[in-house]
Amino acid sequence: MGQRVAVIASGQTNHCSKRTDVNIPEMIQEAVDRALLQANITLDDIDAVVIGNMEHFEGINLSDMWASEGAGSVMKPAIKIATGGTTGASVAACAYYHCASGMFDTVLAIGWEKLSESDPTGGIITAFDPIVERPTLAGAVGGLAIEALAYMKTYNVPEEVFDLVAVRARQNARNNPHSHLKLDLTVEQVKETPYIAYPIRYLHMCPASDGACAVIMASEKRAKDLCPSPAWIDAVVSRHNHAWIGDIFFSKDSTLEAAAIEAYRIAGITKPLEELDVIELYDPASYTQVSWLEYLQLCEMGKGRYLVEEGVTAMGGRLPVNPSGGVVSTNPIGATALIRVAEAALQIQGRADKRQVDGVRRALATGFGGSYWNEVFVLSGK
Amino acid sequence: MDRVAIVGVAQTKFAAQKIDQNYAEMAYEVVESLFNKLGIDHRDVDNIVTASSDFWDGRTISSMSVQDAVGAWLKSETKVSSDGTLAVLYGMMRILAGSFGTTLVLAHCKSSEGHQTMIGNAVFDPIYQRQLGFDLVAAGALQARAYMEHYQVSESDLAAVAAKNLNNATRNPNAHRAMSISIEEALKAQLVADPLREYDIAPNSDGACAILLAREDLVSKFTDKPVWLSGVGHYQDNYYLGDRDLTTSRALEKAAQKAYSMAGITNPRKELDLVELYDTFSHQELMWTELLGLAERGKGAELIHSGVSKLGGEIPVNPSGGVLGAHAMFVAGLVRVAEAALQLRGEAGSYQVDGARRALAHGTVGPCGQTHCVWVLSKDK
Repeated sequence: MGQRVAVIASGQTNHCSKRTDVNIPEMIQEAVDRALLQANITLDDIDAVVIGNMEHFEGINLSDMWASEGAGSVMKPAIKIATGGTTGASVAACAYYHCASGMFDTVLAIGWEKLSESDPTGGIITAFDPIVERPTLAGAVGGLAIEALAYMKTYNVPEEVFDLVAVRARQNARNNPHSHLKLDLTVEQVKETPYIAYPIRYLHMCPASDGACAVIMASEKRAKDLCPSPAWIDAVVSRHNHAWIGDIFFSKDSTLEAAAIEAYRIAGITKPLEELDVIELYDPASYTQVSWLEYLQLCEMGKGRYLVEEGVTAMGGRLPVNPSGGVVSTNPIGATALIRVAEAALQIQGRADKRQVDGVRRALATGFGGSYWNEVFVLSGK
Repeated sequence: MDRVAIVGVAQTKFAAQKIDQNYAEMAYEVVESLFNKLGIDHRDVDNIVTASSDFWDGRTISSMSVQDAVGAWLKSETKVSSDGTLAVLYGMMRILAGSFGTTLVLAHCKSSEGHQTMIGNAVFDPIYQRQLGFDLVAAGALQARAYMEHYQVSESDLAAVAAKNLNNATRNPNAHRAMSISIEEALKAQLVADPLREYDIAPNSDGACAILLAREDLVSKFTDKPVWLSGVGHYQDNYYLGDRDLTTSRALEKAAQKAYSMAGITNPRKELDLVELYDTFSHQELMWTELLGLAERGKGAELIHSGVSKLGGEIPVNPSGGVLGAHAMFVAGLVRVAEAALQLRGEAGSYQVDGARRALAHGTVGPCGQTHCVWVLSKDK
């Protein structure tokens, strides 16, 4: 069997819409320096580097090459992983397997994106088949809108729930110095923003951000040597899907459900609503903080709205979702899912400052992307 | 630690333009071929690691289109956006971590659908270097000149590599560019980027390669001819060409040291039976063989002139024809692993190296070889 692996430290840039003061390697180095500082180690202690972003966004081919000096991967084993929205989670998984395999002890995982230098929707559209899909259903918002609409119609859920999530996420973001949209909004203000693709309104959707995240993972012995409070990774599970959008069943996110069930089995979780203390969900649009909680087995299908409306998922609730503000507040795509893992680890380590949830022992983080792919991580303090 | 073996390999034929297939169909062809050879189906695959490039495929998330082809539905698939040799490494890690028993590794690329000069130019930083008109071939030519000047290597030495490899490729049914040519003929080829001529430069190919990795206790279920992953090393060097000494590669030296040490190799020239290199340019075969400890620095060409690295020689280098015979980006490294495995299984047909027990497979990525990955594969556990 593999070795146990823990997150020992992380670092993030202060994500925003446009970092004109740094280039790409410089932005990456900011996150790496912060992670090394938190771990109280130097680059010499890093055995290998895993890095990821989506190269069409910035138009940089083999982007790990230019990044090498900023990433600290010069004369180190280094590998690039790129899987769309899930990139940050895939990077985290790859770093995990580096350690769990016994091949490396201390691994630096980096996700980044500088979306101000790109056209994100233009970049995402090229993921789809050029003949059949690109002229019709391509890009991020369209598919999400279909899922949201199918969900609303199937379970008779009003879109006002999505407004509430949009407000709450940006309020949470105000406690997070790294988040992009720190907004003091009302439900009315969200409702005034236009639909981008019905039923998703402008303020329901994630922004496009510039930012980088670095996470340091270590094998069991090294983690205990280096860190007083390692956040142990109990489960890493990813589930993939059909290639064609037309083959995907939009009224049921089977990959998130399958990944969560398998992750709970590995982590020995039988009652996730009771056993988890915090969730960092990859929520590209606010509705996902309603319906995707159901796939995470926190409640019956169609009942996610009550977790939101009754404040279960709010700060101070039984199971806060996205104390960081989540993806609808911050979205440097290649970093986004890695930020979920970093934030979950910070919660377990008690390092989340103003966004800290009391007494976190177990946390869940997810990554979403591609043709409805999902990755699920369970982390714990023991 | 558990051991991991290659239990099956498959390749498509490589060609300039596979106009009859899209990426996913090409991937399906090679995965189906692998499954048929092994008599298995997608249920025998625990997880999938693919290698492909968004730039060369012209698609962001270039792995998305092959999900059905690899049978990824409700399974774990991930994509290494780098050479196939690194996808093998990640596939092995996933097994050693105890999470999976088998990993399907697939690499795919259709070079024909992109503009190679533009794609190559986009590797260089947009602020300082792109405007110089660099592409990967121009960068390779700088490296060739630096190496040749430093070690007094001639254009004829480079042509000897091209002639050897293109002749070897005539025996490989999957090769894209196979030619019975002499050194003199190679020297007369069109000059592309001084000092590199047409046959010194890898062609741009369409094609795919797939291998199946299995944990030690599962190997016998798939094959009685496993090829063991015995040693691996991978390192990345500086980005800016001016920050590197282009006459050498410390990343390759270090990767080789690590792979040799893991595999218990102290004298690679004696202990290896064949080598499959990722040499995008003829001069790189000379450089890489030297840095792998197979020849003294600057003396790589002597391996060819003396017949040591030819088919039938003491240690054949690129018996398959190598990357000069077929080059699909990121696929080419996985093909090196697959070709080495075929040799160790005694299945390399008319380019079989007799009695091969230990082979080296090498991959590289980035301008002038910024990242290198070295594998040692063994017939014996």
